[in-house]
Amino acid sequence: MLDTASAVGKAPDRGDPGPARSRRLRPGPYLLILPALAVIAVLMLWPIGQIGVMSLQKIGNRQLRGEPAEHVGLEYFRTIFADPFFWQTLRHTVLFAAVAVTLTMTVGTLIGLLLNRLGRRMANLVAGGVLVAWATPPVTAAIIFSWLFGTTGGLVNWLLDRLPDALVGGGWPDHNWFATPLSTYTVLTVCVVWQACPFVAVSVLAGLKSVPSELYEAARVDGSGPWRSFWTITVPLLKPIFMVLIVMSVIWDFKVFTQLFVMSGLANRDAFNLSLYAYSEAFGSLNPKLGMGSAIAVVLTLILLVVTAVYVRVMVRQGETA
Amino acid sequence: MRHRKLRAAGFNVLGLAVFALAVFPVFWMVSTAFKPDDAIFSTTPKPITLHPTLSHFGDVLGNPVAEVSFWTYFRNSLVLALVTVVASGLLALLAATAVARFRFRFRTTFLVLLLIVQMAPLEALVIPLFLDLRRLDLLNSLSGLALVYIGFSVPFAVLMLRGFVAAIPKELEEAAALDGAGPVRVFFSVLLPLVAPGLVATSIFSFITAWNEFLFAFTFLDDQDKATLPIMMQYFFGHSGNAWGSIMAASTLLTLPVIVFFLAIQRRMVSGLTAGAVKG
Repeated sequence: MLDTASAVGKAPDRGDPGPARSRRLRPGPYLLILPALAVIAVLMLWPIGQIGVMSLQKIGNRQLRGEPAEHVGLEYFRTIFADPFFWQTLRHTVLFAAVAVTLTMTVGTLIGLLLNRLGRRMANLVAGGVLVAWATPPVTAAIIFSWLFGTTGGLVNWLLDRLPDALVGGGWPDHNWFATPLSTYTVLTVCVVWQACPFVAVSVLAGLKSVPSELYEAARVDGSGPWRSFWTITVPLLKPIFMVLIVMSVIWDFKVFTQLFVMSGLANRDAFNLSLYAYSEAFGSLNPKLGMGSAIAVVLTLILLVVTAVYVRVMVRQGETA
Repeated sequence: MRHRKLRAAGFNVLGLAVFALAVFPVFWMVSTAFKPDDAIFSTTPKPITLHPTLSHFGDVLGNPVAEVSFWTYFRNSLVLALVTVVASGLLALLAATAVARFRFRFRTTFLVLLLIVQMAPLEALVIPLFLDLRRLDLLNSLSGLALVYIGFSVPFAVLMLRGFVAAIPKELEEAAALDGAGPVRVFFSVLLPLVAPGLVATSIFSFITAWNEFLFAFTFLDDQDKATLPIMMQYFFGHSGNAWGSIMAASTLLTLPVIVFFLAIQRRMVSGLTAGAVKG
């Protein structure tokens, strides 16, 4: 089910032009990648460089009206590093990513293992179901969860109210989930994990299909139970896929924006994460501070760059050994 | 024997529970959309109403949402998505052919570049791109936004398409070349028809990317008659109380095409995203 072609490995042998033709440098492939490369360079690489430059400049209303940008050096970085609010948003970002990735990987892997045990029809049904969660647009997902956790007519509060007070406490009907950062992030976590674990489940399932069943049979003959087989056979064999999934999840959850924006919004500063903080500084008020926003965005980008480097390393190494 | 049957039944029950939990939020969205208001805000919510109503859908489709008709948002979203699909599909097909068919210097560099930019934080890029489009006078215009969407969907589209191109036997092209077809002819009459299924899958992915996008549309578009469907959703909030019936009806209209498309291509999505992760 998974593509066996490696991401950055060698070209398939069929595509090898052979010694006779490779002697001269042909413009063909370069012309073919040129348009895509140009688009990527202009729309992605250039702006990444620009954030760096902009983080050293003051760009507000006057600059937007045409005055030259004022160079301020590292002032914005000094400001944010000295600001407890920045550290709070960073803490939210990191904690949310840690919790959401852990839950996504655990739940997703369990669903993947379950799918592998089910009969074909049942597996298709369940896989189709979890894919619905994956397919839901982030905007609608956030809106649905705001509604489920809402105060008037919200299903979750109603359910919690049915449960015995000794277990969950009282006062649920009027409980506002978006009043504190902790409960806002609880809803956000449920929403993001619900959307993200299907991808993990389907990928893990694809990996499991590639593990020869003889290995498990041999382990069973040797008297090893399912728990032990999982840790001694499945995990080591699927380690590459787990690595990729974890890194991708970290990156996605680190920069989560749309869901938090829809649920909690720009007015609720207490619940900001890094990307919402950067956005709010840059565009959130009538007095835009694009330089300041860029400085926060630089921090976000640098952290993600480190994670991406790990990701690329994993992909390249697998490409070479495949 | 009995033990094994019992265990299979247990897994099936577990499977049904996972299915129910997974689809429940979407089910709740659709069921709310069909409920009359008194059932929506009732103190004892019921899964399904006995008096389904189309009035919320009628409201969304018939009455303007924040002064603009639903169909204007729909048209904007559709145009943006289609332009993104065609442009990124074309660019990606060319690049994927190069990567899958030729070995050249910087081939690996190019692929690593794609992997990196595919992970780039768009939430950070929105700030410089805002300034760039402003300078080019492309802010508040659908063409400026389309340009941005094309840039975002190309890297993944190339990574996804190259597998499809690589799977086509090279011999077919060589046979056509022997018969006297030039490279352009080979591309159009041999490669293109064979890679069509892959192109469809990639297109649907680009379509969904553009259709779902919120951050850039929200930041770059000022005029309501240029806004897209995800932006329209914002206009439902903040009025006097939340009209959850209409919100859920609109969400349903926004979501269903995506779910249908998504189920059509999910297999390819997974392989494109994790290509290289599992040895064959």
